[in-house]
Amino acid sequence: MPDPLLTLEGVHTHIGRYHILQGVDFEVPRGSFTVLLGRNGAGKTTTLRTIMGLWKASQGNIRFAGQDMTARPTPEIAAAGIAYIPENMSVFSGLTVRENLLLAARAGKIDATRLEWIFSLFPAMQRFFGSAAGTLSGGQKQMLAIARALIEPRDLILVDEPTKGLAPAIVANMIKAFREVKNAGATVLLVEQNFMAAKMLGDAVAVMDDGRIVHRGAMAELAADHALQHRLLGLHMDAHQ
Amino acid sequence: MTDRTAEREETALASPPIDWIPILIPVAVALIALPLIGSFSTWVTLTVAALAMGMIIFIMASGLTLVFGLMDVINFGHGVFISVGAYMSLLVLRPLTGWVESPSLALNIGVLVLCILVAMAVSGMFGLVFERLIIRPVYRQHLKQILVTMGGLIIIEQLLHVFFGGSPITIALPQNFRGGLAIGPDMIVERYRLIAVVIGVAVFLAMMLVLNRTRIGLLVRAGVENPEMVEALGYRIRRLFVGVFAAGSALAGLGGVMWGFYQQTLTIGMGLQVLVLIFIVVIIGGLGSIGGCLIGSLLVALVANYTAFLEPKIALISNIALMLVVLMWRPQGLYPVVKV
Amino acid sequence: MLARILSGDTPRSPILTVALLVILFVLTLAPFLFSGAQPLNVAAKICVFILLVASYDLLLGYTGIVSFAHTMFFGIGGYGAAIALSRLGPSWSALALGIFIAIAVAGMVALVIGLFSLRVRAIFFAMITLAVATAFLVLASQLSGFTGGEDGLNYSVPEILRPSFRLFEQPIFGTAVNGRIVTYYIVFFAALFGFLLLLRVVNSPFGSVLQAIRENEFRAEALGYPVVVYRSIASVVSTMMAALAGVLLALWLRYTGPDTTLSFSIMIDVLLMVVIGGMGTLYGAAIGATLMIIAENYLPALMGKLGEAAAGIPLVSSFLSADRWLLWLGILFILSVYFFPTGIVGKLRTLWQDRKSKATQKRDGGTTGEAI
Repeated sequence: MPDPLLTLEGVHTHIGRYHILQGVDFEVPRGSFTVLLGRNGAGKTTTLRTIMGLWKASQGNIRFAGQDMTARPTPEIAAAGIAYIPENMSVFSGLTVRENLLLAARAGKIDATRLEWIFSLFPAMQRFFGSAAGTLSGGQKQMLAIARALIEPRDLILVDEPTKGLAPAIVANMIKAFREVKNAGATVLLVEQNFMAAKMLGDAVAVMDDGRIVHRGAMAELAADHALQHRLLGLHMDAHQ
Repeated sequence: MTDRTAEREETALASPPIDWIPILIPVAVALIALPLIGSFSTWVTLTVAALAMGMIIFIMASGLTLVFGLMDVINFGHGVFISVGAYMSLLVLRPLTGWVESPSLALNIGVLVLCILVAMAVSGMFGLVFERLIIRPVYRQHLKQILVTMGGLIIIEQLLHVFFGGSPITIALPQNFRGGLAIGPDMIVERYRLIAVVIGVAVFLAMMLVLNRTRIGLLVRAGVENPEMVEALGYRIRRLFVGVFAAGSALAGLGGVMWGFYQQTLTIGMGLQVLVLIFIVVIIGGLGSIGGCLIGSLLVALVANYTAFLEPKIALISNIALMLVVLMWRPQGLYPVVKV
Repeated sequence: MLARILSGDTPRSPILTVALLVILFVLTLAPFLFSGAQPLNVAAKICVFILLVASYDLLLGYTGIVSFAHTMFFGIGGYGAAIALSRLGPSWSALALGIFIAIAVAGMVALVIGLFSLRVRAIFFAMITLAVATAFLVLASQLSGFTGGEDGLNYSVPEILRPSFRLFEQPIFGTAVNGRIVTYYIVFFAALFGFLLLLRVVNSPFGSVLQAIRENEFRAEALGYPVVVYRSIASVVSTMMAALAGVLLALWLRYTGPDTTLSFSIMIDVLLMVVIGGMGTLYGAAIGATLMIIAENYLPALMGKLGEAAAGIPLVSSFLSADRWLLWLGILFILSVYFFPTGIVGKLRTLWQDRKSKATQKRDGGTTGEAI
């Protein structure tokens, strides 16, 4: 088996006096679509933020594409080829859609073919290209946040609950877009609460609880095993199915 | 004049839906003041003076508000860069008295430009040192920031004492900038005030150009909104911040030169005095907002000038009153900066 | 008994205890220990500033609020007494009325500012208080009909407090107990009383809540403490004490003007005293105020001598000149914020604790050593 793109080994993270991550181990194989599941407060968002260097790991190490990333500052981690789409989307509302994308394209200009591709994924981005991001709807902001991660090729895309609070039709659209991204060969680590969306997208899965990984395996396996689902994810899964 | 102010605002706020009400307030204040003052020519004189003062305050305040917006750093030492800038003009004025007194417009302009360049360079450099030594160790700790930047202010003020002495120094305007200019029947405005307005507008336009048309400007605007996300996109916000801090200090220095010529007297405490006004301006405008900073500056200057004419005793507290009124209406200032 | 007077908040360091006892001893007997006007003047100023700085520490150290309007309240106290005495004549009732009005006004103004701006972030409060204090200074120096303007107010004090008054026929310990000395003791005991009262406040349950708010505002709010109310009360108590200090200064100087009470440099001095002495301990206020006032009065002379010694070297001499001592103080201030955020008192306490714990370790280590 080739080296995984991203590896976390025994990662601990403290926020203030709270010990959030208590030894997280998992890996994201190159080219895979890995879903990180778990109930609220299990430490999923903290895991992504720790990978991104936005919280510093107090112990353990994080390797990306063969390099140690554990103590690097956020800009270096991003420059190494990791894109991050946070839970609150964090689009720059005072900037236009174009400016948001321009900022994400670190070369200083937007690649025309990639832009075409993004427009084909999210036609709304073309329609509101010159509008301030603050005027977009929630779903459109989410699309912009994803578009921002796609505007230049990145080796790994971290996505935090992209379907949260969105209408079902938009969620379907979002899933379609992620399929495209997956087919284009990107490696994705997705944090998700919506098991249906997770099932449709992921090939590998990791489940977190109380700051630790409690299950790792293939998505197909988990999707087929209802008892396991029930044990790992509890009853709230039913609500989504 | 006021119409043009409104137009400038439009470019300032570019594409997001424009909140017009704050923009209209200075215009409304000017219009309401006209019948109260009674004489049109007096009103013009007062308004031009206020615009000049407002633009100078804006130049000095813009750096402070950007620094805050970008890194959540509040610099109580900002005022001392104003004093530094003003005193640096002495380095030019003293050896070049001939240029100041010369009837040649070119030499007059030359000496002013030299003053500005020297002041900006020196206060910008002070800014770099200040950021490195004083501010860097206390990021994200407001209490300590207030304390150490205050300490930095004391030290730099004392250094000015060492090199320039404590007593007030009078400076002369270059020959061609003295006196008034008749701009209509019965209407005379002081030349230097016009120059101040021109320089102020130029600085404002340049700033808008940088903020809206360059990549650095894009980064600054994005960074004010969400510095963390800018880092997650792969940019070093620290470097950007150091640059903005130095630029803000240089602008304070420029403002110091302008303010020094406006008062024609330099005192070491002048920066601290203006700092109070600047705080009022940035609070009124909304901490971190450049557009709000401009409107706040103009509003403070207009109200101060009109009340000084109409009721001098009230003028003493007009700024505070203005601030309280604005905060009662919008507790976060005219343009609250949306922070994540 | 002693612990009760100190509200259980003992110095917790032998060096600090000794220093505080020396300060207390010297201040108690100042009129009899020194001769001449200057030392008594310094002693009285120390008393006033210990109270002023301690009241500021309630805000800065215990509550985590930076206010630049503290001298405004100091001034309100000073002007309250001054205006009453100069308008109504030098009677006790005029003084009492002045004190009452001054303290009430100070408390009310603090409440208004507090409710208005304490709910927003700390920096806002700092900026707004700076603006308000500046406006107040301008008003005080412009409304000359009321405040005497830039020149300030000169007034007479009640007869017992005048220099010509003699409390006893005979001198005591070779010192004639005149009205100045009576005034000094009024200042001294009022300041001592105010200080002990503040000590009580910060060591009460109320004081603990303040510190909890300073540590974590959101948690305190979540635990059900109304943060704004607590901060406002702290601000009111602190400013009333500042006003009292202003009254004492007015009484001592028999003069009140913008420079003695309102000026920004006094605000800076207070800030320096709190930080260098130690934020969050009232004893720090006492140490800081004492050291700074002594330095302010005697250091310039010393530096002047140094400056003269270095007169040959052009730039060095101007750095060492008597007027430049604020430069060195500024540097000391910044260094202490960085390296000794708990100030002299905090440093002394940790030193003592380290020594104690080392001593215990040694004892324990010693026994195990013997066993081997």
